[in-house]
Amino acid sequence: MKLSRFLSLSLGAVALVSLAAGASAATDQKSFTITIKDHRFAPATLKVPAGAEFDLVVVNADPTAEEFESQDFHVEKVIQGGKQATFHVGPLTAGSYGFFGERHEDTALGNMFAE
Amino acid sequence: MISTFIIVFRETLEAALIVAIVLAASAGIAGRTRWVATGIVAGLAGAGLLALFAGRLADMFEGNGTEIFNAVVLLLAVVMLGWHQIWMSTHGAELVSESKSVGQDAREGLRPLSALALICAVAVLREGSETVLFLYGIAIDGELDARSMLQGGALGVVAAALVGALFYGGLLRIPLKHVFKVTGAILLLIAAGLAAQAAAFLVQAGVLPPLGYDIWNTSAILPQTNPVGFLLHILVGYVARPEGIQIVAYIATLAIILTASGLVRRMHREASVRPA
Repeated sequence: MKLSRFLSLSLGAVALVSLAAGASAATDQKSFTITIKDHRFAPATLKVPAGAEFDLVVVNADPTAEEFESQDFHVEKVIQGGKQATFHVGPLTAGSYGFFGERHEDTALGNMFAE
Repeated sequence: MISTFIIVFRETLEAALIVAIVLAASAGIAGRTRWVATGIVAGLAGAGLLALFAGRLADMFEGNGTEIFNAVVLLLAVVMLGWHQIWMSTHGAELVSESKSVGQDAREGLRPLSALALICAVAVLREGSETVLFLYGIAIDGELDARSMLQGGALGVVAAALVGALFYGGLLRIPLKHVFKVTGAILLLIAAGLAAQAAAFLVQAGVLPPLGYDIWNTSAILPQTNPVGFLLHILVGYVARPEGIQIVAYIATLAIILTASGLVRRMHREASVRPA
């Protein structure tokens, strides 16, 4: 009984600390998330700030690996199934930046609009 | 099967074209086939090994292990190409004058050949490990059509090798007098292009600043994804929407190799004019 109370208390403390850490990281830098599911991007289009740095988190929710690539803002990385990767991007000039999953180029297509 | 074919073909084509240029650049040098073959085999072995440890590599350097590795491997190729280029600036003329070159000094022939073998190894290693991982992924997915997809992959490798062979044949049609000039110029531009690629990987890893995006944007006129743009990307390092740092890396590589070749050539000439 005592042990379980101790455990739940410490778990709560850990959760609070990580929440605070997450919040402070979020204020430092904008972060955008794209999820790969069934070899498609969700969202397939997103707006990002022009002239500012931001983090782009790509989550691969498929069981298969995908190579996330853009020749417009120059990233290229294999993301294993169920894993995610964070890219540090920008500051971008205003415009449209395409990205794709190299292993499923027929369906995994997306666009980022820097405004 | 078609999609596997295309993916593997594209991954392999880059290595095949580089091997073709290296073979043309070393035409007539004794023992070059053995060296190039050694380079390819070493590259394949390295690719298999790399595929095996890909997961662990990716986790290194705070998740940037693959980027750092790619950049290091690319820069190694740039150094080797530069070395070959500088060496050729003094010995190229000799190679042409003794064009049959069978009796050429083995030690002299050896020096650029080891560099060329390494370039082949690096090209095969980089593209090969991705192909191995990709095909392995298909195999363990246990999809019903795994066999046909693996066949597609094999066909992709064969087709890329065929294109490389055709390219080699085309290069050989150039008279020997000019072939070193042409392949030398291509190798120089390949080196600059690889340096630009390395710079992009280092930006992705957070090591270098991008120094601006979209320095120009020619993707409407010549996208990197169409066959001509893709070929130019491999051969001269064409980028449709470059980062500032890529241009810096490209120009710096050209400048360093050309300056060093010029210096070495001048020293060589002075030494031969006034024999000690």
